[in-house]
Amino acid sequence: MKTRILLLLFGLFALLAAPAQAALDAKLVAQLSAEDSDEKIAAIWALADSEDASEATRVLQSLADGSLKDPKGEDITINNRIRGELAAALASLRLFDADRAARLAAVKELQASADAKLFGVLVKALAQESDAEIKRLLSLVHAQVSLQSEDAKQRLVAVQALAAGNSPHTKSLLLGLLAKNGSAWAEPDAEVRRAATAALKQVESRLGTAENIGRVFSGLSLGSILLLAALGLAITYGVMGVINMAHGEFLMIGAYATFAVQGLFRSYAPGLLDAYVLAAIPVAFLVTALVGMALERLVIRHLYGRPLETLLATWGISLMLIQAARTLFGAQNVEVANPSWMSGGVELFGTMLPWNRIAIVAFSVGVLALMWAVLNLTRLGLFVRAVTQNRPMAGCVGVPTGRVDTLAFGIGAGIAGLGGVALSQIGNVGPDMGQGYIVDSFMVVVLGGVGQLAGAVWAALGLGVVTKFLEGWTGAVIAKIVVLVFIIVFIQKRPQGLFALKGRVVD
Amino acid sequence: MNLRDFLIPPTFGIAPPGLVLPPPELKAKLEEKEKSREGVSTGMAHLVKPGEVDLSHGVILYLDDISVSFDGFKALNSLSLAIDAGELRCIIGPNGAGKTTMMDVITGKTRPDSGSAFFGQTMNLRRMSEAEIAHAGIGRKFQKPTIFENHTVFENLELAMKTDKRVRRALLAELDDATRDRITETLRLIRLDAEADRPAGLLSHGQKQWLEIGMLLMQEPKLLLLDEPVAGMTDEETERTAELFKSLVGKHSLVVVEHDMAFIKLLGGKVTVLHEGSVIAEGGLETVQNDPRVIEVYLGR
Amino acid sequence: MRTPFIVRLYRALGPKGALALAVFALLTLVLVPVLHLAVPPDNPLHVSTYVITLAGKIMCYAIVAVAMDLIWGYAGILSLGHGVFFALGGYAFGMYLMRQIGRDGSYQSDLPDFMVFLDWKELPWYWTGSDSFLWVVILVLTVPALLAFLFGFFAFRSRIKGVYFSIITQAMTFAAMLFFFRNETGFGGNNGFTDFKRILGYSITSPEMRVTLFALSALMLMLTLALGRYLVTSRFGRVLASIRDAESRVMFLGYNPLWYKLAIWTLSALLCAVAGALYVPQVGIINPGEMSPANSIEIAIWVAVGGRATLIGAVIGAVIVNLAKSFFTVAFPEYWLFFLGFLFIAVTLWLPDGVVGLWRRLRREKK
Repeated sequence: MKTRILLLLFGLFALLAAPAQAALDAKLVAQLSAEDSDEKIAAIWALADSEDASEATRVLQSLADGSLKDPKGEDITINNRIRGELAAALASLRLFDADRAARLAAVKELQASADAKLFGVLVKALAQESDAEIKRLLSLVHAQVSLQSEDAKQRLVAVQALAAGNSPHTKSLLLGLLAKNGSAWAEPDAEVRRAATAALKQVESRLGTAENIGRVFSGLSLGSILLLAALGLAITYGVMGVINMAHGEFLMIGAYATFAVQGLFRSYAPGLLDAYVLAAIPVAFLVTALVGMALERLVIRHLYGRPLETLLATWGISLMLIQAARTLFGAQNVEVANPSWMSGGVELFGTMLPWNRIAIVAFSVGVLALMWAVLNLTRLGLFVRAVTQNRPMAGCVGVPTGRVDTLAFGIGAGIAGLGGVALSQIGNVGPDMGQGYIVDSFMVVVLGGVGQLAGAVWAALGLGVVTKFLEGWTGAVIAKIVVLVFIIVFIQKRPQGLFALKGRVVD
Repeated sequence: MNLRDFLIPPTFGIAPPGLVLPPPELKAKLEEKEKSREGVSTGMAHLVKPGEVDLSHGVILYLDDISVSFDGFKALNSLSLAIDAGELRCIIGPNGAGKTTMMDVITGKTRPDSGSAFFGQTMNLRRMSEAEIAHAGIGRKFQKPTIFENHTVFENLELAMKTDKRVRRALLAELDDATRDRITETLRLIRLDAEADRPAGLLSHGQKQWLEIGMLLMQEPKLLLLDEPVAGMTDEETERTAELFKSLVGKHSLVVVEHDMAFIKLLGGKVTVLHEGSVIAEGGLETVQNDPRVIEVYLGR
Repeated sequence: MRTPFIVRLYRALGPKGALALAVFALLTLVLVPVLHLAVPPDNPLHVSTYVITLAGKIMCYAIVAVAMDLIWGYAGILSLGHGVFFALGGYAFGMYLMRQIGRDGSYQSDLPDFMVFLDWKELPWYWTGSDSFLWVVILVLTVPALLAFLFGFFAFRSRIKGVYFSIITQAMTFAAMLFFFRNETGFGGNNGFTDFKRILGYSITSPEMRVTLFALSALMLMLTLALGRYLVTSRFGRVLASIRDAESRVMFLGYNPLWYKLAIWTLSALLCAVAGALYVPQVGIINPGEMSPANSIEIAIWVAVGGRATLIGAVIGAVIVNLAKSFFTVAFPEYWLFFLGFLFIAVTLWLPDGVVGLWRRLRREKK
């Protein structure tokens, strides 16, 4: 509302060429409505360079919005080329904004579209800027612009300044200098080329570091998901010695529970939509835990001591769950949106770390801590550990093994459900989503050793990071194959996992 | 249930069977054996066929300074033991003394952390697999009778029989009359001739024990390791077992682990007492029973 | 001195088994071919192409089921990777079928269509000799078996057993499927091989060729059953069953379980590969979907439905489940997974000995 009034007023001013606009050169403003694009552009840049920055911003902004009228009161048309120049000019103006974030955004925008026209603005901005980070970026843009200079000395200085850069854009700029245009170098001066080579090396190494940090981080977030998937499996396998092939489908149920909660929030509490994920956590846990406990009571219990049959029966369950999801929600993937506070990310050493992945890592740390507490501080945990180690003996000393089985299965399933919540925030949610995880999470159990929380953690994170690094080098498919082969080789050497205890085996 | 149950033995890959030095007193003899293996017979030495146990010094089993530990718990603590060829040796000791672990080491199921184990003069048990050890002539009866419950009694004995046990042979193996007779003879010896065609799973506990002993005999081992062979037997069965064992002495060497003192008395061999993974006493039953350390171990604490 | 092998084979089958095999041979090698080729299509006795193809396909599945029964029922090793060996056999023979297309493909090139599509200029090295029928048969017989041998050697050597082994085989299946989905692997990516034209120069769609493939599948099935029966009644089979029941005891008797398991495992994979090679020309397509873990695990349910450790049960199970699948996927495609899933649960919970076990129990109760 406020802006509209302002614009209205401004429109009036423009028409009457009111005295308030005296700070701006009226001729330039008029030139904005010229027929020729080049003239318009010249006017835009001239305005951008004028003394009264806020006034210039207002005029140019209204031009961009399409609300600026020419003296005849008609709309001024702008084409794409002008729109691009206009955006750059506006960004150059924002370099003098009082808000640091606005300045930072502006300098980043200019990095992509720096050209010689900016030179003056940049010099001015550099002189004024006090923030170190922005200053660094500004000098990079400045260097970028001076690369176009005729003077080889200036270019040399520019190249040397670019060595401090860390973006792929800087790298391609430097590469451009070193390219050959037919027989002629893109950069005629050998001295500058030499400096460019050195700068390129620096930029590349910085880029490499950033890439590696990115990989480690995405590996950690993959590892966290694997951990959430594997923790439940480790419990059920540890306690009952059965592989639950439907475990991946527990992830799926958790993810669909998240989807359902999101739907409810959308319909009944749209104002609280951002909090739906928090509400989905207990819902997903409870739903999957209940499904898990029902399965244990109805099927798995009756197959005690027949692990291979249990494997087949749970596979059957997984098929039915998949089909049920298809029937209920359709065969297509459903859309689960990140809450707004999870979008975006933080920048670290030149890499973007998305908030949703950060949240997942934190979430799995939380779940892990809770699980550790349950296993080590509660009576149920004591029972679970006892049954894991020696079922008959635990039964003899009065541990209700049956109930422990059910509860342990419920907890394991519930944690997988939590994994589903996490997964829904970064991946697709569909009926088949769980299928790919059963092998991976079992690999974590194999690698870590059963009944070893620490083992599972190291194995999951290690597997995640290694996978991501391999993916970077060899592509996703080969990476997967390499990891599987590695695990097969690994259990040659340590069949009992990374952290297993030695002991006398009774058989 | 535990992951390890699927992966026996647990120590696989932990103690790589590296080069193990034989005890010093054996070393010279071993070198001698090396020569004779090459077919060069020198002086007093004699030819030993590879794969045959060398009993030239009258000792069938040497354990020297064997240690095994599980997560810091020392199951065997530099245990040394020698069994003479043709001897019947009883091993006693309180629970956790390391009796079963010792058998595991001898049969290759558990790899020791240190020490050496030799079968005869030449065979290094630490470098052999379970199957190789069994094939070389060490038979073992488990604490809990382990027989093949789905096979008939006859088939159990047939499977145990000393023969070429490679896949190729097993594919084409046929029973000839001589082996059939041998099996029948053993059946009679263990008093199961009437049960020959019944699935072994249907036998009584005592009968299962005997079947396992019968299987052991079919293996024709040089050395028999018997872990509580008379557990669950009636007095009469126990007596017959003792007689059977005594009749084997001389041709075979026997190591019997038992808690039943009456049975040990019946056997009448030399007794070794284990405690906390090492030998604390050795000698006749009388001597051992009067040994103050043994009394302390069994009664004290 | 030694009894001739054929006599021992007959003994292993028993008179009833031998008779059943003879009847089956008569049916599949004489009767069905005659009814298909000689009886005109409008005659009610005519056996249609659909029936021939379906039966031929199911017989290939039955071979796989028997192979699975040998390893699971008798040796107690549940493989979730038999689909890989099956598909590898199929791919190996598929290479030959692709080469037999010659220049009749849509690009009229000497190279298979998918290679032209990928802009490849020549055959990759591993396609060398794939135009020779003999060489491809050798590939079918060696490549899957070799893979099985290597995999089995490492797995069994480290004494991986039970569910642990099952999951590792599933991991292998998963890896193999991903590998074959890649275009760069050189086996047609996710489209695989299809549009076959000829075998040994004869049209693949001619009735004679269909009958030949059908009869070959039947022959192979009989061979598999006879060989299987012999194996499980031999001492080898008894050692296997002993390993299943008490592995450590077997070791202390002086048998090395590694070689026994490896032998039956490799043989089982080999049988699967042959079945796969017979299957592909009959259905006319092979793609990486055949390697999906779900397919491999389904094989186990065929065996479980029929009854483990009975051999004939495996055949019965394969027939029942696949007929049901043919019916469901046409009539109620929505419910097939529910049915299959329920079958998994029902068989393990209430019918642990399968159809054969049920039949035996009923007969015993009658007596």
